[in-house]
Amino acid sequence: MVARFLTLKLTLMGNTFRKSVWQTIGLVVASLYALSIVALVVVAVVGLGVLQDPAWAGLAITLGGALTVLGWWIIPIFAFGVDATLDPHRFATFAIPRRTLVAGLAVAGLVSVPGIATVLVVLGTSFAWVLEPGTLLVALAGGTLGVATCVIGSRAITTLLAPVLESRRYREVVTLVALVLVVSIGPLIGWLANGVEVSMEAEPESSTGMQLLPVFEQAAGFVGWTPFGAAWALAGSAHDGDWAGLAGRLAVALGTIVLGWLVWDRALARALERPPVGDGGGGRAKGLGAFGRVPFSPTWAVTARTATYWLRDPRYSGSLAIVPLLPVIMYFSGQSTGNYFLLLATGPFVAWILGFSISNDIAYDNTAFALHVASGVDGRADRWGRAIPMLTVGPVVSAATVIASVWVADSWHLTLPLLGLAFGSLLVSTAVACAVSARLVYPVAKPGESPLKSPQGAAVATMVSQGIGFVVTMGLSVPVFAVGIAALVLGGVLWGVATLVVGVLYGVLVLVLAVRFGARVYDRRLPELLQQVQSFP
Amino acid sequence: MTTPVDPSPPGSAGPQGAPEPPPYDPSAALSVRGLWKRFGQKIAVSGVSLDVPRGSFYGLVGPNGAGKTTMLSMATGLLRPDFGTAWVHGVDLWARPDEAKATLGVLPDGVRLFDRLTGRQLLTYAGMLRGMDKATVVERTNDLLQAFDLGADADTFVVDYSAGMTKKIALGSAMIHAPRTLVLDEPFEAVDPVSAANIRDILKDYVSGGGTVIVSSHVMDLVQRMCDHVAVMAAGQVLAAGTVDEVRGEQSLEDRFVDLVGGRQHSEGLSWLRGS
Repeated sequence: MVARFLTLKLTLMGNTFRKSVWQTIGLVVASLYALSIVALVVVAVVGLGVLQDPAWAGLAITLGGALTVLGWWIIPIFAFGVDATLDPHRFATFAIPRRTLVAGLAVAGLVSVPGIATVLVVLGTSFAWVLEPGTLLVALAGGTLGVATCVIGSRAITTLLAPVLESRRYREVVTLVALVLVVSIGPLIGWLANGVEVSMEAEPESSTGMQLLPVFEQAAGFVGWTPFGAAWALAGSAHDGDWAGLAGRLAVALGTIVLGWLVWDRALARALERPPVGDGGGGRAKGLGAFGRVPFSPTWAVTARTATYWLRDPRYSGSLAIVPLLPVIMYFSGQSTGNYFLLLATGPFVAWILGFSISNDIAYDNTAFALHVASGVDGRADRWGRAIPMLTVGPVVSAATVIASVWVADSWHLTLPLLGLAFGSLLVSTAVACAVSARLVYPVAKPGESPLKSPQGAAVATMVSQGIGFVVTMGLSVPVFAVGIAALVLGGVLWGVATLVVGVLYGVLVLVLAVRFGARVYDRRLPELLQQVQSFP
Repeated sequence: MTTPVDPSPPGSAGPQGAPEPPPYDPSAALSVRGLWKRFGQKIAVSGVSLDVPRGSFYGLVGPNGAGKTTMLSMATGLLRPDFGTAWVHGVDLWARPDEAKATLGVLPDGVRLFDRLTGRQLLTYAGMLRGMDKATVVERTNDLLQAFDLGADADTFVVDYSAGMTKKIALGSAMIHAPRTLVLDEPFEAVDPVSAANIRDILKDYVSGGGTVIVSSHVMDLVQRMCDHVAVMAAGQVLAAGTVDEVRGEQSLEDRFVDLVGGRQHSEGLSWLRGS
């Protein structure tokens, strides 16, 4: 029966290969990437163990292993819907004993790129103990337990949380949190590294590795007793001859697995007995909302609808949630170098991002766009309607960013030219978005899906479309940038006013022309646009 | 199993070789001539010509994959045909789409709705897109919500609607501008019997007031009871068209359909499935 599950999973994987060449290429690239990472990690850890001190390798394995378990347990909560190929609900109608189902799903969970990569890394790194055959055996056993902890814990958590994860409201909140986390990870690491570097410079006598070793030792000592690290720390304890520690950690590791198994088993029983029914309550809104506050015309209809979506659809509101983070990120990166150029550039940059964010708006509508086609909405109404919310909110947000940045950098004399640059960028990038989105449509996350999930096989189309949009925006922005840079270099209020005037007037001109062009393209290609969004995978 | 009908006439290299269809009927609510559509290797619709008389209740039936949805999409401006065109009340749809679309109400099959709007907002949106004024939109929105029994869920987001409710709100957004012709692709799918009966009454009333309805359906019985005209499609072609009585002759519509389309299996069936 377990073999049956394995075959099922392999068949499912095989069938995705047959579906499209690009998906195959994507999977091959992902596998090669994973394999190279695996090789790198294994070589590094084994080298550390054999050539240097096996104890160091033990530290690395314990800490790395704990992080791996953490990843296995937490990532599926955020990346919902990414792998539902073996959703337990689908087995509800078959008469499969639960014990078999659990075992089958556990094994099948290993058959994926991250699963196989984990197994390979665990096998490979165990050979850091190759000089001590006894410890090597303990390491292999510990690794097996560690992998089991990963898979069983991951399944237990997702199955336990499934009823919560199935509610739309919760998914939307989680999505926003995940987006913010993903965006802040890079700067956060940079900031921490910076902090470490600074403290290192304070005591320059010892080398970096020596200095950090006690910290790592302490951390590993603690992590080795937690459910995340116990299995990985077994070999280290054997190496040290700490037999009591070995027994204790083994108990923690086994206890974790048994507990995970029980939780999973219970949760699965509940899931199979109570199939999902969707969320009962659902959200409600009073009256007409934005539709009640606009004049009644097709243009304003699209405006009200777009504005509603900006607030209510996480795929849109996600990009809004990131905007306030950008200045913060720029602030930290500026603080470490003492150079505020990046911080001051945030205003125009945010403006540019905002304008460009509507450059694939029709793809976000997905096939709901059929309503526009059937109603014969004309190009001008559609283009202006999608642009107006951006033109209302965009200037406020970018002006606030500019003012915040000059305030922090204490460069008030740059306010006017930066405002000019920001408004110019906003208008030009909105203009390009209005024109481009009528011609280039590429797949995005579907309505209701996580914005973190980008459709497979769309990478090339996305890059080409965004690349073209980027180049055109840059080209069209040259006049604004020329005056703006002159103002920044030469200084003076007059140049600042000039930038502001040129930015706004030139931007409006480009916008009007681009909307006219986009509307013509839209009118000519209306059915083709619908056909394109219908053909999305 | 029967082999599917060869989509292109023998000896012809495509639509050029197909026989010239008669000129379009300017008095018809919908008149399509020589519609062709190919997707990759598959010819979905091959040379369909059809007249839907004004004031008729027209049923379009056919097995899965017959090309019904493709044909209706091309006849309503959602999909550009490779060849041929459609006239809506004598207006060439593909030459003057805005004018033709203004008189059409369309319920497409298998498309999403703007489901982050509430039911009331979606109907309002559909009305506004048609350029209607506020008083009319508000009044008709309330009437439609009432008629489709969605009053209690008017302020619920469409994404939280059941399949039947979603179908009903989509039907409402196709009707709000009081079109002269309604083209409804599978309007009764997933709709409960009471709502379906209500919708049938609304449509009958609409037809008796001079409107034209075109529905596609799998349910022969429904079409026989509800429609006065019917066309049978299979493998991208119209096999028979006319009044229901003309098409079915002495038989029931269902038997006639099976005769036309073929594919019935006269065997013992699944003998092992009989109860033990």
